[in-house]
Amino acid sequence: MTSAEIHAQLTGVTRVFDLPAGGKLHAMGPVDLALRRGEFFSVVGPSGCGKSTLLDVLAGLAQPTSGDVAFEGKPVAGVPDGIGIVFQEDASLPWLSVRDNVAFGLRRASTDKAETARRVDYALNFMGLRDFADAYPAQLSGGMRQRVCIARTLVLQPRLILLDEPFGALDAQTRLLMGDELLRLWRETHATVLLITHALDEAAMLSDRVGVMSARPGVFIDVVETDWPRERDSRVVSDARFGAITARLWEKLRVESLKSIGGKSVAADGGTLS
Amino acid sequence: MTREGRIRLFVVAGLVGIFEVLCRSGVIAHTVVIPPSEMARSLWQILISGAHNADIVSTFLNVLISSALAISLGFAAGLAIHALPRLRAAIEPLLASYYAVPTFMFYPIFIVVFGVNARAIIAIAVLLSIVAMIASTLTGLDRIPAVLRKTARVFRMSVPVRALLIDLPAAAPHLFTGAKLAFAYALIGVIASEFILSGQGIGYSIAYAYNNFDNREMYGLMLLVIIVAVTANAGLDAVDRRLQARLRR
Repeated sequence: MTSAEIHAQLTGVTRVFDLPAGGKLHAMGPVDLALRRGEFFSVVGPSGCGKSTLLDVLAGLAQPTSGDVAFEGKPVAGVPDGIGIVFQEDASLPWLSVRDNVAFGLRRASTDKAETARRVDYALNFMGLRDFADAYPAQLSGGMRQRVCIARTLVLQPRLILLDEPFGALDAQTRLLMGDELLRLWRETHATVLLITHALDEAAMLSDRVGVMSARPGVFIDVVETDWPRERDSRVVSDARFGAITARLWEKLRVESLKSIGGKSVAADGGTLS
Repeated sequence: MTREGRIRLFVVAGLVGIFEVLCRSGVIAHTVVIPPSEMARSLWQILISGAHNADIVSTFLNVLISSALAISLGFAAGLAIHALPRLRAAIEPLLASYYAVPTFMFYPIFIVVFGVNARAIIAIAVLLSIVAMIASTLTGLDRIPAVLRKTARVFRMSVPVRALLIDLPAAAPHLFTGAKLAFAYALIGVIASEFILSGQGIGYSIAYAYNNFDNREMYGLMLLVIIVAVTANAGLDAVDRRLQARLRR
């Protein structure tokens, strides 16, 4: 990995919403973020701090109010080719079988039939969906449906994968296992990954770097390097450093989370933490 | 067949059996209701004699035309209302209370406008059924998950492509429910209208038989309507349930 090579970049990005009742809501920024090619970067932050807004802006799904967004050196306007996105909500298409769901993007791109079949078979195998290829999403569990969405992104061979709390709706054990699969996917595809999550352990376990955002308007208040080897899995949770990393993340995040739920006085009491 | 289905069949067969006994034993006078077995024989004779073929064809053609008009116009109106939030806010309360108005009372207007013919019948049937389709279209479009719209943007779909590949299939279960209701209302609308403003059709024939004390023919035709309505509804319901099950999220 050429860690110095910048793959995607946000420079001075802010996002301000007009409120329906008048007035403005400063949701995020100014944010500066440089994603290195091939790294696994996670973003944690209190609820409503603008994590998903950051992802939307980076993906070209939302325009920044100010600042610049670049992917592979080019300004982002609309979703650029080479970016794959997995959302928290179930985005599988319920009227299509698992196979057709996974092939959806390739067919849209008029990919050759044999190539489509090859890539879809690979993705189905990779995500453990081979035996469910002809099933419909309604017949699958939440975790399986999220695998379908990941497989649908994977077949397009994205160079940057953006994940917006993809395991948020899953139980703790499934989340750990899905995390392992995500690491395997990251290693095999050599893609850059940006994961938005509210789970500190997930961020600490999966990432090369974890960015901590402040309460709204979200800005990065810390970026933690984990120094995990590229060959890693969920067993890093038993490493002594894992505790130190999550402790540091929580130390920063606790104060911000209290602010976001209106517990400023408690945050002040716990001021020794910061 | 499911256990519930068997119980249902048993209950219906039991009620028909009780009715048969009550009619045959004279508890229910023959001049009031004829036994169900005689209704079935009467229907069989109506069908093999072909005496009412023109009425049957006329009624079902009117039902099909009314359903098709209500479904297509209702869908188009639903799309337009959904696209115009202010218009929707203004007329939604009217749509909600629409079925509180007895549409049939407007039949004199339709006679004046169209005359005593199929067009007046179709107009009443469409008026009765279109709002069910409009309401279902609105519900279907409302229930498209926001994440699917976002997914369409990720796949860089234009609005027409998104409408075809995402919106339409996502809304399909609600649209089908609307179509099913529109068909049922159209059947009610056509047969009921034939009683008052037609010279042919099953509704007219039932009224004619009633006026001439021809109980046998009247009940035979009623049985035909019941069988067609129940069979069509069961068929549409089966498709509806499969769609709903597949698209449940």
